[in-house]
Amino acid sequence: MVESRKVEDLHLRNLTKRFGDFVAVDDLTLTIPAGSFFALLGPSGCGKTTTLRMVAGLEDPSEGSISIGEQDVTGLRAFKRPVNTVFQSYALFPHLDIFENVAFGLRRRGVKDIKPAVEAMLELVELTPMARRKPKQLSGGQQQRVAVARALINEPEVLLLDEPLGALDLKLRRQMQIELKRIQMEVGTTFVHVTHDQEEAMTMADTVAVMNEGRIEQMGAPADIYELPETVFVARFLGQSNLFAGRRESSGSDSVTVAAHGQQFTIPNSRNNAPGGDVIVGVRPEKMTIVDAGDPIPDAHDRIAGRVVDVSYTGVSTQYLVKTSWGEEISVFEQNDVVGDQSAVGDSVEVHWARDHAFGLDGTGTSADDVESAMPVV
Amino acid sequence: MPALIPTSTSEAPPQVAARKPRTGYLLLAPGMGWLAVFFAIPFVTLFITSLQVPTGASGVYAPGFDIANYGEALSQYGHLYIRSFIYAGLATLFALIIAYPLAYFIAFRGGQWKGLLLVLVIAPTFASFLLRTYAWRTILADEGPVTGFFNALGVLPEGRILSTSIAVVAGLTYNFLPFMILPLFASLDKLDPRLIEASNDLYASPVTTFRKVVWPLSLPGVVAGTLLTFIPASGDYINAQLLGSITTRMIGSAIQVNFIQFRDYPIASALSVMLMFIILIVVSIYIRRSGTEDLV
Repeated sequence: MVESRKVEDLHLRNLTKRFGDFVAVDDLTLTIPAGSFFALLGPSGCGKTTTLRMVAGLEDPSEGSISIGEQDVTGLRAFKRPVNTVFQSYALFPHLDIFENVAFGLRRRGVKDIKPAVEAMLELVELTPMARRKPKQLSGGQQQRVAVARALINEPEVLLLDEPLGALDLKLRRQMQIELKRIQMEVGTTFVHVTHDQEEAMTMADTVAVMNEGRIEQMGAPADIYELPETVFVARFLGQSNLFAGRRESSGSDSVTVAAHGQQFTIPNSRNNAPGGDVIVGVRPEKMTIVDAGDPIPDAHDRIAGRVVDVSYTGVSTQYLVKTSWGEEISVFEQNDVVGDQSAVGDSVEVHWARDHAFGLDGTGTSADDVESAMPVV
Repeated sequence: MPALIPTSTSEAPPQVAARKPRTGYLLLAPGMGWLAVFFAIPFVTLFITSLQVPTGASGVYAPGFDIANYGEALSQYGHLYIRSFIYAGLATLFALIIAYPLAYFIAFRGGQWKGLLLVLVIAPTFASFLLRTYAWRTILADEGPVTGFFNALGVLPEGRILSTSIAVVAGLTYNFLPFMILPLFASLDKLDPRLIEASNDLYASPVTTFRKVVWPLSLPGVVAGTLLTFIPASGDYINAQLLGSITTRMIGSAIQVNFIQFRDYPIASALSVMLMFIILIVVSIYIRRSGTEDLV
């Protein structure tokens, strides 16, 4: 019943949505390739849900167009679009049983002989025994799967998921992430997934677009964006980053040297996104290593001296907060694979990292305080 | 000290167990007492009165068991029951048609004005029922603009509104409208607007969405509203008396006339008992048919 089909790319062109003076979505142009699992990631209020609702037809764009393949759907009302949505709170029909909830879309389109299709879909989401129950009698995870089945059975060109796992507890959320990924591979439909959970986006999506204030800051494969963020916002929102604002001192053939807080840091040219002289040096916490002050540091590593102000043990790793001489607190994650001898609060230490792990961000117009004072957003 | 513990624990549970249900009944007592004094006893008295026999003197009746009172009441006033239920049914239908869009609008578009709009719905009931019904006499008067307008259209069969069944049904509709709006509002306000979006998303046009999602989910409000309108409307006589004529009398008028003017207490009682009985049957069939227990 459910098999891979030819689906079409989703194009958003100059999509803009204004609510009064507030610009929720700002001139968004984007192509989501057919069959991909695409995540729109951003903090609340960044316009990701509004974008999704415009694709669904539940919100009219102020400007721009939406098309699926060659078909322009901008003016099409929601019930005429080949797009289905999994709503944040599932929005299952409380007066209908699970079978009828799933059959709803097929019945509206006048499809004959819906029973086999509904049964196959319930099979896919492993809810066959629940067919005659009411939504209220199901657990959160089961309701979530009904919501997915109810949308997918219509074989939409694009399936929209609006924070679909937000209401589930952590363990169930992990389970559903894998489940959704499996279903997506099985049906081959384009999934557009809206979430504020960076881990969820990275686990599930082929492509992640990080949104901020109605615009896309950066888009790409999860590993690429994580390893090489292009803006301060992305460096902070997707995982954590230690950032040091400085000035470019010299450029070599394959690296630049940046002076910050009286120290020198080196960034490979291929990882430097700063066009001018103001450069923000970034290093991910897990790329850093902590050693006692005075211990030898490997070649091609940069270092910062500081004092440990906090240690939190999280099982697989230990997270250190190290205060530098200029007062910035940097985080360091260390795998707990060393026997004995861990740094403690108050220790004088040195933090070092391989230069190839550093990245450079455009620091134009941002003061050191802007960059360094704010704690990473998680 | 340790020796005391077993005794105290073994005594404590029965005390707690015994006190709980007693407290519950105690809390029920005022309500039960009220029902006994103001409903059960009057109803029994009413039923006994309905079987009394005349003594010859006006307004004086002897205890008895005269089933014939019911036969006489029915043969004399049977048609009034039918008329009452038709008027009440029409008024309920019109109230539903008027109230539904209004309740829908307040629930989904009311926004910050919701509270104010609800107060406006109830505001007319701040004035007395009689006063409002008298006001309708003026509005619907033969020389008034309303009658003039409809006469100009030529749609009034009797050339007037006041003293016709139209006026009575209009009055009933108006007077019981708030009782229709409030329960409808309550169930529509509970309805998650995302269900409407989900329905739209699943290929249902606005009309289908109303039929398959909004209407079924508002049924508890529809049932409550129609009952709150139909039951008092079918026993009402003020509207029939003030806005109608002798040909639009309802069963309430017959009960009132028999009781106050003719002082024929057994007949008035028999009419009342039958009215209650018929409403009870109609309402239980209605509730069973609409299957409210199955709804959210």
